[in-house]
Amino acid sequence: MTMPDDTIVEVRGVGKLYEGGVEALRGVTLAFPRGRLSTLLGPSGCGKTTLLKIIAGLIRPNAGEIRVNGRRVEGPGPERAFVFQDFALLPWASVLRNVAFGLELRGVPPEQRHEIARRQIAEVGLGGFESSYPNQLSGGMKQRVGLARALAVDADIILMDEPFSSVDEQTRRKFQEDLLDLLEHRRKTVIFVTHSIEEAAYLSDQIVLLSPRPGTVSRIIRPEIERGKGPDEIRRDRRYLDTVDEIWQILKQYVA
Amino acid sequence: MRRPGAAARARPEIVPVKSHHSVAGQFGWQVISFVFFFGAWELAGRWPISAAFPPFSQTLLALGEMIADGSLARAYASTLQPLVIGIALCGIAGVGFGIAMGLSRTVEWLTLPIFIILQAAPMAAIIPLITYLYGIGLTAKVLAVVFLAAPVIVMNSYKGIRNTNPSLIQMCRAFLGTRRQEVLKIILPYAAALIFTGLRLGLAMGFIGVVIAELLITPTGIGDLITYNSSVAEYPRMFATIASLVAVAALTLNGLERVERALFPPEIRGT
Repeated sequence: MTMPDDTIVEVRGVGKLYEGGVEALRGVTLAFPRGRLSTLLGPSGCGKTTLLKIIAGLIRPNAGEIRVNGRRVEGPGPERAFVFQDFALLPWASVLRNVAFGLELRGVPPEQRHEIARRQIAEVGLGGFESSYPNQLSGGMKQRVGLARALAVDADIILMDEPFSSVDEQTRRKFQEDLLDLLEHRRKTVIFVTHSIEEAAYLSDQIVLLSPRPGTVSRIIRPEIERGKGPDEIRRDRRYLDTVDEIWQILKQYVA
Repeated sequence: MRRPGAAARARPEIVPVKSHHSVAGQFGWQVISFVFFFGAWELAGRWPISAAFPPFSQTLLALGEMIADGSLARAYASTLQPLVIGIALCGIAGVGFGIAMGLSRTVEWLTLPIFIILQAAPMAAIIPLITYLYGIGLTAKVLAVVFLAAPVIVMNSYKGIRNTNPSLIQMCRAFLGTRRQEVLKIILPYAAALIFTGLRLGLAMGFIGVVIAELLITPTGIGDLITYNSSVAEYPRMFATIASLVAVAALTLNGLERVERALFPPEIRGT
């Protein structure tokens, strides 16, 4: 499905040793295909968030390197945007300012950035909440703000760190479907950290299974589920169910 | 800061803002509590517990006289001078220092222990030393205020800066914010509420400092009124002075707390 030259993010031999001797990652080598959704899946403490933050340029690896479009990553860059697990919204700023914040930091003038932000807010389904504050929103709505902020800077790659972990199940499903819709239009590359097998199987073109600490690549699975079908059909699809089962067979051995 | 329009548009997903207690009911209880307190005072004074303990009515009368003859106003004018100067100094230098400690590991390493010790030390014991070094003038009294108020102001500013949600700082870096933007757009707004709380608590400590200074260093202002009236056995006047001081301090601090809640409502506070 993916050719080597269609790779947008490359992880080469990445290792991370935290102060205090905790080895989070060891010798991780991976390729992420352009315009696809890849998930990093594994038991808690396998270093999946660490790997995502290394790709983002927020954490420096002790070994190896990250290449984005063939160029070595030294820190955060304009072609990557991050969606945080705890939303990371400014509590004193309105939804509009929060969504426009990435552009504000880049010095985009107010009218221009607010116009872009309004468009993104509408696109994630939060139209009418521009002047609300984060504390007035539910967890699911906050994460839509986080996603809109990442979309507003128009990065090619969106890195999402367990974005639905503090969101209830119904909201989560709705959000997953919206996310798939959105990606179909925008052709973004998404790297997504999750600990939910179903979520990974449902969303992903490529699933990277990580082993427990120190995290290494245990298996790469490409579900190849037909995307044309509705969400409920996908959840009853043979391939989807097989993928879920396959992942569980591997992860089962890591559960003590 | 909240826009009423947003709440009106709220979908069911919105978290409801918590309801307030009945304001009228709360006020009624406050009145009852005051009546009870002053009534008990009146009874205790008429008993009498001690010859030096006047009933509430006489104290109130004495307060009226002192307001009428201007002695109370003169006393406050002289007492507030070192307090205002001292708090202003702390507000500028203390907050600046706390912010520097929060932002720079070097400054923190050099000075944090001093402020931890100062915060724990019984500062009133240092006041005789201040008199020894700086005499009995305004400088000594300003210093007394600064010594009491500075630790809490510095430490609150420092903690406000240092407690900034690390996830917000990471967010700022992920979206290519510079260190300058990180400080101005994330750290300082996040710490603002705690810094203001520090100033309010500092003022409370400053009140203590200035009164101790006036009682221990030289009797001026409020300290003089207390000492003088006590020495000539004008107990109603002495109690009136003390009661007025309690009232002024309580009202000022309560007012500042209201300002704080209006400026930084809990919903938009980082902390």
